[in-house]
Amino acid sequence: MKSLEDLKRMRASVQKKMEMRDTDKDYRVVVGMATCGIAAGARPVLNRLVELTGAGEYSCTVTQTGCIGMCKYEPIVEVYDKEGKKTTYIFVNPAKAETILERHIGKGEVVTEYTVDSISDERLGN
Amino acid sequence: MVEDLAQALLEIIVNSISAGAHNIMIQFIVSELNNDIILQVEDDGKGMDAETIERVTNPFYTSRKTRKVGLGLAFFKGLSEMLNGSFRIDSEVGKGTTVRMTMEKNNIDLPKQGNLGEMMMIALHSGPDCEFTFTYQYNEARFDFDTKQVKEILETNRISDPDVLMWVKDFINQEVERTQTEVL
Ligand SMILES: Nc1ncnc2c1ncn2[C@@H]1O[C@H](COP(=O)(O)OP(=O)(O)OP(=O)(O)O)[C@@H](O)[C@H]1O
Ligand SMILES: [Mg+2]
Repeated sequence: MKSLEDLKRMRASVQKKMEMRDTDKDYRVVVGMATCGIAAGARPVLNRLVELTGAGEYSCTVTQTGCIGMCKYEPIVEVYDKEGKKTTYIFVNPAKAETILERHIGKGEVVTEYTVDSISDERLGN
Repeated sequence: MVEDLAQALLEIIVNSISAGAHNIMIQFIVSELNNDIILQVEDDGKGMDAETIERVTNPFYTSRKTRKVGLGLAFFKGLSEMLNGSFRIDSEVGKGTTVRMTMEKNNIDLPKQGNLGEMMMIALHSGPDCEFTFTYQYNEARFDFDTKQVKEILETNRISDPDVLMWVKDFINQEVERTQTEVL
């Protein structure tokens, strides 16, 4: 059972987390949530990312953006590091989102097999 | 094709956030007596003039060249009409917009309700500085959620914290289910 009482218990920890500035985080994780993203299954992806970052073990923020301009590759997740370098992950599902958090955010290694550069060629037969 | 009603509603909410709304009122009303479902989103965003409304509800016009399926407002208008309901946009430039979709409830083509808790969680995450109200009504039973109340209890004005968002999702789903099964 969830109740408003839960929020009172969460107050102190939430306020403490709010004091930490987002700019101190190592990564920015951005999910495309326009019509194309939502229709392709971005809702459960965002859900999983928010769920797994709650404990604070990953140094990243999770945000939404509109259409990334590659609708046929949705759901898309972009990861920006502190230098602004972008990695684009395509056809992401909740399980892949979890792997991206563990490997890219957690260990600092790009999950090459899910990136746009490695997938698009095969899928498009180019 | 729209997967569920929560998806349609979320898209309308995302439009309100994109339109710079500060206050967004969301309603999901089910009536067995009237045999209908009403989805409504009211915002105080930038609004649209009559010409824009005409344009965005016309299925043959789209501002986007990349969209492969006909989702968006024109699609929802078509969906309501297919389900013997109605679709209406009331808007005033600089004041805000109300989008209202109605659908016949006992219709085999009616999409399922979908995850309304997840929908609100995503809405709050998308517009962390907006105030949202969400009303779910099932016949005479009713549940109201208000982000102002959450912010008051947490004594913070931003509720983008993941733990809070997950709580919102679970709380709303629990209350929606309770409202559906409440016998008055
Ligand atoms: N609540 C609103 N307030 C103001 N303008 C709106 C609102 N909802 C829709 N519009 C206008 O109608 C247009 C069409 O909306 P629609 O959702 O069909 O497509 P989109 O938002 O442009 O694209 P997408 O949803 O794929 O990102 C918007 O671009 C916007 O100009
Ligand atoms: Mg839209």
